[in-house]
Amino acid sequence: MQLRHIVSVLTCEILSGAERLGLEVEHCFAADLMSDVLASAPHGALLVTGLASPQMVHTAEVADLAAIVVVAGKRPGDEAISFARQRKLPLLLTGLSMFEACSGLSAHGLRGAVRKE
Amino acid sequence: MDGESLYRETLRIKGDDFEHGGEAATQVKALLKQLGLPSTLIRRLSIANFEAEMNVVMYAREATLDVLVYPDLIRVEVADRGPGIADIAWAMQEGHSTATEAMRARGFGAGLGLPNIQRNTDELEVKSDVGVGTTLRYAVYTTPRPKPG
Repeated sequence: MQLRHIVSVLTCEILSGAERLGLEVEHCFAADLMSDVLASAPHGALLVTGLASPQMVHTAEVADLAAIVVVAGKRPGDEAISFARQRKLPLLLTGLSMFEACSGLSAHGLRGAVRKE
Repeated sequence: MDGESLYRETLRIKGDDFEHGGEAATQVKALLKQLGLPSTLIRRLSIANFEAEMNVVMYAREATLDVLVYPDLIRVEVADRGPGIADIAWAMQEGHSTATEAMRARGFGAGLGLPNIQRNTDELEVKSDVGVGTTLRYAVYTTPRPKPG
């Protein structure tokens, strides 16, 4: 599923990474607990989160995730957006809830990430 | 630390600095990429570094993070000045944490930090003096070999 398709399905605002919307994403990992993401999300996954702190961007960066969708209209601060832009990491914002976002992505064929262990 | 390293970098981490927590790990990741190391290895070490950095941000006053690259492994030492860990064996178990709600609201502090570091490294040593600080030493091998112990 291309990121541009995800933007369309979730009616996302693009905060960074507009130049990378052609990226294909196969798996999604949804969590607010970044240690869970670090423990279990496979590289290349889409992160769906309700966390809007700079740490969600650092988590995506160190775990080689493809992009981030922040749900429930929680707008990240300037520091987080600036860091995502520096790294060319797509950072997307949707007003949908976590449940609505995940069910929408699932209905359009995005699969959940399998736990590594 | 032992032996002659090919490359060394030291970064400082400030306690309670949630705004910048994670920047040391991402800086080290960029350096390791420049050295041309395999991406799977960089990912494992970066996850360990990030968890170690967030432990400093959450619990300690300050720390140094030393990265040493050897021909066959990368060694990291994170030495903090802080409260220390009274029961290391307890803290090494998943779900065991003394984090506050404010820490958990940042997406950390669920008792997964040290287990995540252990899972992503080939060697891990934790030493702590209560009231003084904690030192983590961990390593990932760049060439396959049995883990010690």
